[in-house]
Amino acid sequence: MSTGDLIRDERVRGRGLFERVFVRPEIGALAAALVLFVVFAAVSPVFTQPASLATILYGASTVGIMAVGVSLLMIGGEVDLSAGVAVTTSALTAALIAYWFGGNIWWGVLFSLIAALAVGALNGWLLTRTRLSSFIVTLASFFMLTGLNLGVTRMLTGGVATPSIEAAPGYELGREIFAADVPVFGITIKITVFYWIALVIIATWILRRTRVGNWIFASGGAPAAARASGVPVRATKIGLYIGVGFCAWLLAMHQLFAFKTVQSGEGIGNEFLYIIAAVVGGCLMTGGYGSAIGAAIGALIYGMALKGVVYAEWSPDWLKFFLGAMLLAATVFNVYLQRRAARGRIR
Amino acid sequence: MTLRPWTRRALTTLAGAGLVLTLAACGGPAGVGGAEGKETSSGPELKIAMITHSGAGDTFWDIVRSGAEAAAKKDHAELLYSSDPDGARQAQLVDQAVDQKVDGIIVTLAKPDAVASAVKAAVAAGIPVVSINSGEDAWQALGVLAHFGQNETIAGEAAGTKLDELGAKKVVCVVHEQGNVGHEARCDGLAKTFTGSVERLYVNGQDMTNVASTITAKLQTSSDIDYVVTLGAPFAMTAIDAIADAGSSAKLATFDLSADAVDAMKAGKIQFIVDQQPYLQGYEALDNLWLYKTNGNILGGGKTVLTGPQILTSADADKIAGFAKNGTR
Repeated sequence: MSTGDLIRDERVRGRGLFERVFVRPEIGALAAALVLFVVFAAVSPVFTQPASLATILYGASTVGIMAVGVSLLMIGGEVDLSAGVAVTTSALTAALIAYWFGGNIWWGVLFSLIAALAVGALNGWLLTRTRLSSFIVTLASFFMLTGLNLGVTRMLTGGVATPSIEAAPGYELGREIFAADVPVFGITIKITVFYWIALVIIATWILRRTRVGNWIFASGGAPAAARASGVPVRATKIGLYIGVGFCAWLLAMHQLFAFKTVQSGEGIGNEFLYIIAAVVGGCLMTGGYGSAIGAAIGALIYGMALKGVVYAEWSPDWLKFFLGAMLLAATVFNVYLQRRAARGRIR
Repeated sequence: MTLRPWTRRALTTLAGAGLVLTLAACGGPAGVGGAEGKETSSGPELKIAMITHSGAGDTFWDIVRSGAEAAAKKDHAELLYSSDPDGARQAQLVDQAVDQKVDGIIVTLAKPDAVASAVKAAVAAGIPVVSINSGEDAWQALGVLAHFGQNETIAGEAAGTKLDELGAKKVVCVVHEQGNVGHEARCDGLAKTFTGSVERLYVNGQDMTNVASTITAKLQTSSDIDYVVTLGAPFAMTAIDAIADAGSSAKLATFDLSADAVDAMKAGKIQFIVDQQPYLQGYEALDNLWLYKTNGNILGGGKTVLTGPQILTSADADKIAGFAKNGTR
């Protein structure tokens, strides 16, 4: 705002440390996460105990795994409203196949993976084919999947939940792989936390180090220019939806093997948690900007806020209010720092 | 010098964010403090976590919670209430209670498979667990000490007997949540003891206009229906209007209770209410944990402690109405 800024030529101006650090999408979210951590650590002695941290990480990982796929999709300029129920669809597919055909549960797991990737591909194909907005296309698939989940489950089992898969051959192995408890220095950490970290690393590598990463940023930031310069925008977007499908399958397999039965009505509304995690972590709703690490921090903020209110023994009647206020504060803080750092470069 | 306005704005934002967090921090404990019985204790204070599958703002669960609050006050215990309708997240709330090293856990087992491992872990950690409401078939296997709830089949049977006594001939049982096993059990139990004929009517409980129009349509097509039975008090209130709209002379009975329903019963619009006494579920569960901690007692002898059914008629309405207004019935 001061006249000093306006006079100086921004092209030759050096970039200070503050600017170089805070222009990254995830740094503001990281700062907000630290503030949140300190607040809860101060209010509740339970919050910082190792076992509590493991519980928080587990809660965050169940949002975070999906947020990886969703954040890449958002950088690519699209949203997926069917991501929440797609998790339930994947879990139901595996459980119902095991129930209907009998035999090894792993056939269900395998077929469920194919189905999850196919749902993603279908979303992407419909989107690029019809050129409608992803909001309406995935809203339609959200409703259809919700209906299929209940309809098929009732048709095959006569109930609203699948029978337990515990007796199926291959169950023990599935539990070891998807729902194991991993002891780390005497603390039990759920295996989903490690899957989450691995996915974030892979996604970050794709975004920063590969050509596909450039395609994703280009497809979301300026699709017309990207297409003109030879970026396969259609394939990129379909691929991103397939990526969301894979994440949905991974989380679904965890839920299936951890809880043994699947309630056909679950998952509705969770799609917003994934989008929220991505946005809190610095992804733009308009595409072309963001990071997978940011989305992971967003999921961590959500996990800390949700669990922290319980550990702090605050009244649960106000939980949603606290959650909203914290997410707002974290996001405003993040966006503010970024705008501050980027001023002169973008504007 | 040019940095100064930036710095000032950054500080303002930080202060703003800090204010929101501080407000949140102050608002919470005040909310908990509002629930009585926290500072009054002089003896050993127990910390009991109660974790249900309720959605936010549900009247039924508010009554369960009131019961637990009342027992907590009497027993100098502190009640930590939390709920999540999502099975996986309810299980995480149980994990959190273990992290908090509470002295006892009260849990609902509406989705026993989802919470099973968390409950087992709590039991393994040496925390006494009792279950309430749903989960009559599941609790023993999990190492839960006692279960407080209503057997839905027995409740249905009681309703069927009462309908016979009142001379009903043809009953329609209105199911507002398709696939809910408890609801089906109520209708099954009713059909078992009732000597007349029973039909089921499925309505969408999320949409009251659908409930009203479906009941009206049913009564218009089968005019020989002389009793409508709903499975929840809010649906009984809607059914009163629906019966009037259909020009039917059918009478009405319902499961579960609300202040409105008691008033309607007083006015003769509802013949009887089958209550599962949710207040007792919360109260007895907490009290049992206190007894267990202080005296090693367990209620029920390894069987479910039934909190219902209690059949209420217009004769009870006056007495119950006051309690219902207090939010304890």
